Amino acid sequence: MEDKEKLRGISKEIRQEILEMIYRTKSPHIGCSFSMVELLVTLYFKILSVNSANPADPQRDRFLLSKGHGCPTLYAVLAKKGLIEKSLLENFAKDGGILEQHPSYNPKLGVEITSGSLGHGLSIGAGMALAGKYDKAPWRVFVFLGDGELNEGTCWEAIMFSKQHNLDNLIAIVDHNKLQAMAKSSEIINLEPLKQKWETFGWSVKEVDGHNLEEILTALAKIPFEAGKPSCLIAHTIKGKGVSFMENEPCWHDKFPGQEEYQKAKEELK
Amino acid sequence: MRKVFFQTLEQYAKGNRDIFLLVADLGVKFFQNFKKIDPQRFINVGVAESNMVDIAAGLAMSGKNVFCYSITPFLISKTVEQIKIDLCYNNLNVKLLGAGSGFIYGAEGVTHHAIEDIGLLRSLPNMTIVAPGDNKEAEALAKASIDYQGPLFIRFGRDINPVVHAKDLQFKIGKGIIVEQGSNVCLMATGTMLYPVKVAMEILKEQGVHPTLISLHTIKPLDVDLIKECAGNYKNIFTIEEHNIIGGLGSAVAEVLAEIGYQGAFLRLGLADKFSSELGIGGPDYLLDKAGLTPQKIAETILEEIKK
Repeated sequence: MEDKEKLRGISKEIRQEILEMIYRTKSPHIGCSFSMVELLVTLYFKILSVNSANPADPQRDRFLLSKGHGCPTLYAVLAKKGLIEKSLLENFAKDGGILEQHPSYNPKLGVEITSGSLGHGLSIGAGMALAGKYDKAPWRVFVFLGDGELNEGTCWEAIMFSKQHNLDNLIAIVDHNKLQAMAKSSEIINLEPLKQKWETFGWSVKEVDGHNLEEILTALAKIPFEAGKPSCLIAHTIKGKGVSFMENEPCWHDKFPGQEEYQKAKEELK
Repeated sequence: MRKVFFQTLEQYAKGNRDIFLLVADLGVKFFQNFKKIDPQRFINVGVAESNMVDIAAGLAMSGKNVFCYSITPFLISKTVEQIKIDLCYNNLNVKLLGAGSGFIYGAEGVTHHAIEDIGLLRSLPNMTIVAPGDNKEAEALAKASIDYQGPLFIRFGRDINPVVHAKDLQFKIGKGIIVEQGSNVCLMATGTMLYPVKVAMEILKEQGVHPTLISLHTIKPLDVDLIKECAGNYKNIFTIEEHNIIGGLGSAVAEVLAEIGYQGAFLRLGLADKFSSELGIGGPDYLLDKAGLTPQKIAETILEEIKK
């Protein structure tokens, strides 16, 4: 209970931070960032083994943000966790800054892969998991995917490979917000039945409400979900979650809030 | 430039039921009108660029005239093998429309920058590469692209709408355009760099230098005759492009100049074989400045070079 209250408070702070970063720099992807908040907060504060004193600690769990456009959430969470300086957020997406609108590989800053072009993360994660298995390492690999990203064929190549090699140290998390850049996913490439697809490919799959902290915590309490299989968590989320007029509205994929919208959003996120 | 291009394409699509437009889940604001013309000929294939290129190949093999759209890094770098085998080797009528070429996506970072696309495609037989430099070129190119035979890559850059050509254009794919006639120094620019170089010309004139400006909108096939002619007329030749200096316009021109034994001074302006992140992180103006590709910096480089 206490944990959940704490995580809820952090999630609120993270959304406020994301809004500031995006409003300040007129950056895209606020909707895609808001859908990820509870998942990343739970991962970083309860599940992942990371070392704030040494983000590149060889024994760390790896977190790969494959949907790179959601990086405002990652950066805000990394800063809150103490893995990067909070001052870096001030210069997000600014001339001469360090953090871009899509992440660049820099383990010292807790950024495990360069992403922004979709369909790379799960394959890289499979490679890391394979190395981890070979080395009998204790760390695990978490790959965070967008649902639209599953349009990319490489994702399914990695899904097949991971089962072939029984990578039970690999966990895929799908941010299933059901909207992509131009429209609803169901109108572009219908992913359903998504759970059955992953299962048919040999993965152990759980589904949760991606904004329900208890459900996320329960689902990730035991990893792998089944011995000898890679694990997939399908998180049903809401794009734009937390700001009423952004929720489930496709335009907030790349639109940034104007002053009035910013004030309204700020009010709702209090 | 994209807007003018798509408006022109829409006009043709109304009367030509063979024209198909495929997109990979990007460019939502540009395609509302096309979609209204015939929703069956506008297809969002999803975030699946390689799939899109081969779907286009299949459509083209079945008599369709296909245009594919995404941002250049995803449209080209991700799909090179599909382009090589299925478009170029089969010599199909597919037009690849790449937006945001160069490092115009600024702080969105290296995944969204395209500095290698010309180099990748220039080595593929049958491929044609055109980078329009202003709205007039974009409009003329849209018209020329409709009946163009074979694979064609159209390289769009920053979505500003500069005016470079004052009068009506004599536009032909494969033929450079002399924008302004000067003496001694020749500037050859392509695509997004045409307008900044035009502005740089004014700075140079104030310094008493009156170069010739050529728009080499078509990088492949290159206007070899025009380059040979320039080699005989100018002591200094510069190429300016928003691309790696390896593989792009500069390389293409250098190949011609080397083969004919050009005796003058030649310099390629562009990105000097580094990822744009090495310039720093920031918006397009910031990156262009760091790359030495603003009008002021271009003029300074030219002045310095011609003094040598």
